[in-house]
Amino acid sequence: MADASPPSVLCFDHVTVRFEGSDALADVSFEAFEGESRVILGAAGSGKTVLLKTALGLVRPDAGRVLAFGRDLTAMTERELFEIRSRIGMLFQESALFDSLTIEENVAYPLQNQKSIQCPENEVQPRVDQALEFVELAGTQEKFPSELSGGMRRRAAIARAFITNPPLILYDSPTAGLDPITSHTIIALLIKERDLRHTTTLMVTHRYQDGNLIANFRYNSEQGRLEPASNGNRSARTVFMVLHEGRLVFEGGQDRLEASTDPYISKFVKQRV
Amino acid sequence: MLAPLIQFVASANDFFVLTGRAIRNIFRTPHYGDDVFTQMDVIGVGSLAIVSITGFFGGAVMALQMSKALATYGQVSKTGTIVSLTLVREFGPVLTGLMVAGRNASGIASELGSMKVTEQIDAMRALGTDPVQKLVTPRLIATCVMLPLLTIISDFIGMFGGFLIAMVFLGLSAKLYWTSVWQALIWPTDPIQGLLKPLVFAVVISMVGCYFGLRTTGGTQGVGRSTTQAVVAATVLIFILDLMLTKIFVSQTGA
Repeated sequence: MADASPPSVLCFDHVTVRFEGSDALADVSFEAFEGESRVILGAAGSGKTVLLKTALGLVRPDAGRVLAFGRDLTAMTERELFEIRSRIGMLFQESALFDSLTIEENVAYPLQNQKSIQCPENEVQPRVDQALEFVELAGTQEKFPSELSGGMRRRAAIARAFITNPPLILYDSPTAGLDPITSHTIIALLIKERDLRHTTTLMVTHRYQDGNLIANFRYNSEQGRLEPASNGNRSARTVFMVLHEGRLVFEGGQDRLEASTDPYISKFVKQRV
Repeated sequence: MLAPLIQFVASANDFFVLTGRAIRNIFRTPHYGDDVFTQMDVIGVGSLAIVSITGFFGGAVMALQMSKALATYGQVSKTGTIVSLTLVREFGPVLTGLMVAGRNASGIASELGSMKVTEQIDAMRALGTDPVQKLVTPRLIATCVMLPLLTIISDFIGMFGGFLIAMVFLGLSAKLYWTSVWQALIWPTDPIQGLLKPLVFAVVISMVGCYFGLRTTGGTQGVGRSTTQAVVAATVLIFILDLMLTKIFVSQTGA
């Protein structure tokens, strides 16, 4: 392609992570560019969550380098990492909302605790309300996470992940353990978030349907709902990645993924039916 | 064969690194004052009832036992002396330490352990907060402040329990009992010993609880395991350190 490629947001350079002697990630290399959506598929224990945690600097690689926004995370101290992390939103698998805080306090947490985000005190409340409105959870401010359903907790955690407007958001199995309707709502929120704020998105999942929605639907802000994206108005490029026992065994577009004859890879695609 | 030893040394190293970071964080920003006060309430005020009850009965039973032994030498009037010395030097700090270890080392380990297995600790790091600064240091400060205070309360309530026994069953006068209680103590070494021990135990209780909590793995089952390990380790360490500290004081003062 002749046109200049967008800037690199996240780059894994031969990253290996070992836990108790076995490789959780083995020599993984890829580069995510601004505005891109990446769907990371893999069976349980294939290293998907470790990959996201490594991208945030929560797990340090045993070999290789991780660059976020051009800066090498592996060379930073924990305190230096806080600045980089403030530019990355993360949805944890089980939401990871703080039990002892209300939903409002949970969503406000990054605004009040991330040093590099200078949010004036009087702006916190309106931004929290706005974020909860976005995920259709208005009115739950005073509730504790234990009082909400699994899907609602997931949505509150999404609000917490994007309230600081990070240019990169990582979603760890956003639909795990949810029923199909709630799963669809959550993915619709992810697409809405991506298309309205133009964030780079990395989503880990074991459900191909989620990736299919991310790749082929866009959010129509006028009508306030999802619509199929034709090639012309596809708002973001989607790249699929498949992990198998810590190794990156596939990276490419949906067409190539569906055409793959590899039994492990095609197993994910078959789920679609 | 060396594996368990290596693992023990590695664990001890992790424990001291965590303790070092927690202590260093006392002098670093940001400070989480609200969390310190919340923990003081949980650890101090929350343990008041159990520490008072055990202190009272501990003092009372000791007066009863000692009076029996002292009666052999015709020294029942010295009951206050024995109760006072044992409570201030040993019984108060150790009993209070054990109670708080059972109540709070387990509480801290299970709370932090649950946060660990539900990824809340990771979320905290992802959202720009050092978990050691936010969770460990406030618990360390709160326990270090509250445990000596609880020990003082426990000592006095124990002396009062001993007094009731002395008055009701041994027929000692209030004046005789409280005078012997007061005069038994060597100033300032006994109060120093009686307050230094709980301070050391406080570091052990809070740090053992935090250490086992933060290294929890394996879901809810792991939380249970961490909690048990924390109570066992804190209890054993209290006894070991008590012996070491007592040896130091005995050598120093000859008392």
